[in-house]
Amino acid sequence: MKLQQSTLLGLYAVVELAKADGEQRSAAVIADKFDVSINHLAKVLRILVRAGHLQAARGAGGGYRYSGNAKRTTLMDVIELFEPVSIEGFEHRDSPHHTDIEAGLAVALTEISEMMQATLRSITIRTMLKIMKKSRA
Amino acid sequence: MTFDERSNKDANPGYWQEMFGRYDTDKNKQLFLVCESGDAIVGFIIGEIRDWEFGSEPCGWVFALGVRPDIRLSGIATQLYGALCEFFKQAGVTTVRTMLARQDIDSLSFFRSQGMMAGPYVQLEKDI
Repeated sequence: MKLQQSTLLGLYAVVELAKADGEQRSAAVIADKFDVSINHLAKVLRILVRAGHLQAARGAGGGYRYSGNAKRTTLMDVIELFEPVSIEGFEHRDSPHHTDIEAGLAVALTEISEMMQATLRSITIRTMLKIMKKSRA
Repeated sequence: MTFDERSNKDANPGYWQEMFGRYDTDKNKQLFLVCESGDAIVGFIIGEIRDWEFGSEPCGWVFALGVRPDIRLSGIATQLYGALCEFFKQAGVTTVRTMLARQDIDSLSFFRSQGMMAGPYVQLEKDI
């Protein structure tokens, strides 16, 4: 599995703003922190605002603040806004398998896929903040 | 048993009676803890210290945790889990483990929120 850059930016932005505990951050500050173009980040932020994870304030002192429920929102909720989650090269898991090798491989890859989905669906933004705090300590 | 009936179509009173008996035999290694509110039991946790299973150093296992569905998200499970971990620590154990269904996202989220992560073992099984 390899996440697209927009997906990673979405995760960075949500966690960064959740960490800010209600404070606003400008797109420029976030773009600078993660060393990405502000245009690319702006597109990502718009998607997150539309999904209700962020609130945007316009004007000179404008910026973005976290408005989601960090206890209930999971990594998967954010990732799925940008891309479907699948094992690379194994997107058609429900299609009929043409060979015994494909069928056998499908069993192994399904196991990986289910583990991955369970992990991403069970780590909330709040848990992410705890993991970050622990790894800094 | 009431919790089982509310959250699971296959409530099994015999299983819980056996568990209650089984987890009251070695007070140094087993803990069956309940949370009361007034006269009612609103939550429970069951844990045990297991030695050298699967080549592992002694560690604490959480076997069951339940909170009455209508009062979940009020911190009861966190208190029960904390008390069980404290019991394990007092007994000299430094690792706590549990096992969950991949589909049980609420329970997975709860244990992850307590700092638990995937451990060094993988559970395997087969239909026989």
